[in-house]
Amino acid sequence: MTNGDLKIKLPEILPSITFEEGGQWLNINIEPKEWLLFAKNLRNNPDLDFDYLFCLTCVDWRTHLTMVYHLESTQYRHTIVVKSKLDRNKPEIESVSQIWRTTDFHEREVYELFGVNFLNHPDLRLLILPDGWEGKFPLRKDFEDPVNMIKL
Amino acid sequence: MDVKPDIQNPFPGEVHPTPTGGVLVTAIDDVINWARSNSLWPLVFGTSCCAIEMMSTASAKYDWSRFGFEVTRATPRQADVIIIAGTIVNKMAPVLKRLYDQMADPKYVIAMGACATSGGPFFYNTYSVVKGADHVIPVDVYIAGCPPRPEALLHSLITLQKKIKAGLTREQIRMEKPEIPIP
Repeated sequence: MTNGDLKIKLPEILPSITFEEGGQWLNINIEPKEWLLFAKNLRNNPDLDFDYLFCLTCVDWRTHLTMVYHLESTQYRHTIVVKSKLDRNKPEIESVSQIWRTTDFHEREVYELFGVNFLNHPDLRLLILPDGWEGKFPLRKDFEDPVNMIKL
Repeated sequence: MDVKPDIQNPFPGEVHPTPTGGVLVTAIDDVINWARSNSLWPLVFGTSCCAIEMMSTASAKYDWSRFGFEVTRATPRQADVIIIAGTIVNKMAPVLKRLYDQMADPKYVIAMGACATSGGPFFYNTYSVVKGADHVIPVDVYIAGCPPRPEALLHSLITLQKKIKAGLTREQIRMEKPEIPIP
């Protein structure tokens, strides 16, 4: 499907989504509460068939956090980017590790570096950081570490 | 590519010709240091992009075998020199220390590139990077660059050879034997 086709198809699944122009791929903004249902549709709808999640990241905008999911269909070769704003004080979003198994580790990494709480994740604990780093979130912009970090 | 072996310092000693061949007069310490400096086996150790330059230096175009760094060893027990090729993070530091401890004496360390020298681009505002590998293990030769070119690595290895030929190993210095004169 082309981006134009996707722009017609996707609001049929979830009318509340908004599109963002200007990127290489089609950007979709979505409410965190609707993400799990939307993700299941993206994966299981035979016309969309987004079976490949190739990037999962989080961005700290100081005012809020944004989860970014890059999805691709290996059959149709169309790509979309799903973005979801999270509350910085209580970042919560549904885990999609049951849909795309690769996100198991990706979500654990975002959990340890940004402190996003992935609801219903099967094994949400630190991935790379050593023990004792729970609750510190080193990739947030306001992270302070007076022992290891030299500020500039 | 115009790096040349140290021809100023050939085999240490004097050959006195006799009709049946010759007599060699030398000091055994010099011969040992000469032998050590010409068969330095590096450890396979690379933690980031400097390792790519190190692999390039080992491969055919630059070919560090020409200068006596023949075989990279995958075990610290058979290695003489560890080239710290890349960033050392806090989680890697105990691994590096253990590798160094497992190497047999005499052992030498080269800090390759900005990260291994000082933390380099990760000096400021980073929570995870060791600001210089010399916080973990003692370093013999430092190389500047991010990453250094293969010529720079060859130069550092030849500098290490000169350092070995010049005299005491670190272990001998630590044991404080002032009776051994530095040639």
